[in-house]
Amino acid sequence: MVDIPYEGIAGIPPAEVPDVELYHPRSWWTRYVFSQDAKVIAVQYALTASAIGLVALVLSWLMRLQLGFPGTFSFIDANQYLQFITMHGMIMVIYLLTALFLGGFGNYLIPLMVGARDMVFPYVNMLSYWVYLLAVLVLASTFFVPGGPTGAGWTLYPPQAILSGTPGQDWGIILMMSSLILFIIGFTMGGLNYVVTVLQARTRGMTLMRLPLTVWGIFTATVMALLAFPALFVASVMLLLDRLLGTSFFMPSLVEMGTLSKYGGGSPLLFQHLFWFFGHPEVYIVALPAFGIVSDLISTHARKNIFGYRMMVWAIVAIGALSFIVWAHHMYVSGMFPQFGYFFATTTLIIAIPTAIKVYNWVLTLWRGDIHLRVPMLFALGFIITFVNGGLTGLFLGNVVVDVPLSDTMFVVAHFHMVMGVAPIMVVLGAIYHWYPKVTGRMLNDVLGKFHFWVTFLGAYLIFFPMHYLGLLGVPRRYFELGDAAFIPPSAHSLNAFISIVALTVGFSQMVFLFNLTWSLFKGEAAGGNPWRATTLEWQTPETPPGHGNWGKELPVVYRWAYDYSVPGAAEDFIPQNQPPRATRLVQGAAS
Amino acid sequence: MTETVLTNPGQSPARLEGLRGIAADWASDQRAFKNVSWGKAMMWIFLLSDTFIFSCFLLSYMTARMSTTEPWPNTSEVFALNIGDTHIPMILIAIMTFILISSSGTMAMAVNFGYRRDRVRTAALMLVTAGFGATFVGMQAFEWTKLIMEGVRPWGNPWGAPQFGASFFMITGFHGTHVTIGVIFLIAIARKVLRGDFDVERRGFFTSRKGYYEIVEIMGLYWHFVDLVWVFIFALFYLW
Repeated sequence: MVDIPYEGIAGIPPAEVPDVELYHPRSWWTRYVFSQDAKVIAVQYALTASAIGLVALVLSWLMRLQLGFPGTFSFIDANQYLQFITMHGMIMVIYLLTALFLGGFGNYLIPLMVGARDMVFPYVNMLSYWVYLLAVLVLASTFFVPGGPTGAGWTLYPPQAILSGTPGQDWGIILMMSSLILFIIGFTMGGLNYVVTVLQARTRGMTLMRLPLTVWGIFTATVMALLAFPALFVASVMLLLDRLLGTSFFMPSLVEMGTLSKYGGGSPLLFQHLFWFFGHPEVYIVALPAFGIVSDLISTHARKNIFGYRMMVWAIVAIGALSFIVWAHHMYVSGMFPQFGYFFATTTLIIAIPTAIKVYNWVLTLWRGDIHLRVPMLFALGFIITFVNGGLTGLFLGNVVVDVPLSDTMFVVAHFHMVMGVAPIMVVLGAIYHWYPKVTGRMLNDVLGKFHFWVTFLGAYLIFFPMHYLGLLGVPRRYFELGDAAFIPPSAHSLNAFISIVALTVGFSQMVFLFNLTWSLFKGEAAGGNPWRATTLEWQTPETPPGHGNWGKELPVVYRWAYDYSVPGAAEDFIPQNQPPRATRLVQGAAS
Repeated sequence: MTETVLTNPGQSPARLEGLRGIAADWASDQRAFKNVSWGKAMMWIFLLSDTFIFSCFLLSYMTARMSTTEPWPNTSEVFALNIGDTHIPMILIAIMTFILISSSGTMAMAVNFGYRRDRVRTAALMLVTAGFGATFVGMQAFEWTKLIMEGVRPWGNPWGAPQFGASFFMITGFHGTHVTIGVIFLIAIARKVLRGDFDVERRGFFTSRKGYYEIVEIMGLYWHFVDLVWVFIFALFYLW
């Protein structure tokens, strides 16, 4: 009998962390509504984020109706179009993706994957969700206040964001800023929990370099969020003061509606710097959890260890660090000192290195793997293709001279939808198909899932690929209608109509997914504890769905990294992280 | 086939010194910061995040001061007081700073007595700290009143750049809010200390977690941070 040599199996140190004092719910209310259990909070986060995300999806349909068939739909006017754009962007980036990845997947997966019973401070974690819900409600309320939601664009640039003439100048902008402030407060309470849980509450044997990449991605993104959201917090407070008290932090002296406004001496550029000091890390706050999750999906469904685990970890950390010094590449045309562009273009292109490392490693993980084209894997592959596509156009936009003519065209829209819209959503969907069996105990329907994948993936390409071409023609973004500009050929208008039809089709196909989620909850095939035969700890829980406290009497002990797939000589093609080395059943004679 | 035997069960392995120790801790399982409790780690990370908030506020103030077209008011004149017949620049701010720095001293003593489980002295020193904090906020309210009476508003003032009043009210207001929250928590925790909650490990009303004297130290971390931030506000807003 041969043992599989593995570092660090000799000494499993004694427990340093005392068993958590769990809060034990006594009633239905504290068990399912005001719950302190990270798993329930995760589901609450995910449902709230999806609900507001559906609103943003509907807004995108309305926008596409207008763009594809200008003048046909009389119920959409120019002001509403701007409001749809603003709310669609803000909801998708912050209230859906950030909340779903960190609040949803973070809450569910971190304690399970590191072998903890719960987050370190469950009560604060619960507050985090309720403040987030309040933020969402404040945001949603802007649809019903006089003047409607703000139409300043999701970047909310002053001066126009708070001047009369911009839709939603009465209430919309005030409530938007208040909602952002609430979101940041709520997120901070959750984020502190995620970080401390990963750093200080891992189980015995779980070193940082044995963490699944999902945890690394969510952890790094949370650290970044805790350092980047302060800039948005400050910008929101100051814009709110400009709007409410008439301070002039961001407002230069200007003429508003024919009269000289009360403002003077402020710096609109300051807002852009603050906003993008948050905004660029935000891109990676959404992308890094996706990177991490997709690594685990690929490894599990290709039955192969992730290629270059350490490099993957360091690439995540490097991307996180670099993303704090690239923000002004969003501002090449803002009027900032032009030579800053050289610095920010350089740092932007340097990010391509760790990102390329990750893409190569995903592909090398797939190479000669035992690839199972199950639905989560399809979405993971879809992510790689979409992300590479969006990343390559990022190289165009990162260069000052190429960016300047492309600024504010549909090319930019195509780029960021590919790289931080479709790509992370692919991962979100793949991750739902992957972990739904753990959350509910039932599998999602495979046929509906495959239909959902192909419509979404091909549809996303049909929507966003032609937008690159429109952008190169010079078609501007955020325009209510294009009119009869000479540089826009009639074919561009037909293309717009085509994009709209595809967008509506893809949008409605998401209803199939919603049906699948609901139907499978009751009628889905029973999943068992570990349907994908995966190694990570969340699949090794004594109960499925995991019970209160996750692990029964004893916390699991970790003996190996998260990627022991197809180990030569092992009886099964996966070895769970908590399987002791000597308990691994080995094939006689197959050995080093 | 034998089960894996746990080496040195029941005791932590000896820890290395210096950089090697840090590397060993981060390469180990369970905890990256070996002797740091969850609560203390969380407070440190929160303070790091809060540092970014105050940095953004101060950097924004400096940018506004550079971008505005009108002259910046002379702070040593604006914040001067006439005491008796003497005109003393900055006197109120000097006293406020002295009080806040002193409160850091009493807080540090409270932490010390907390670890000695001296209930009465710990609670008394925390209440003294809270008193200093409340005095600070009170003097700030006086300062705000004085400036408002003299015509300073967030949107303008008699002496020059309107960003002066805007930055002043925003930054001192945000810092004052931090001090006020600190005072409230100091009083709440002093009450717990005095009642003996941390001796009997009584469970918290909201969290149902046991309390320990370390909470006094975590409270102290926050308090020292708020003091440190004040030093930067003092240097960058009042002295500059």
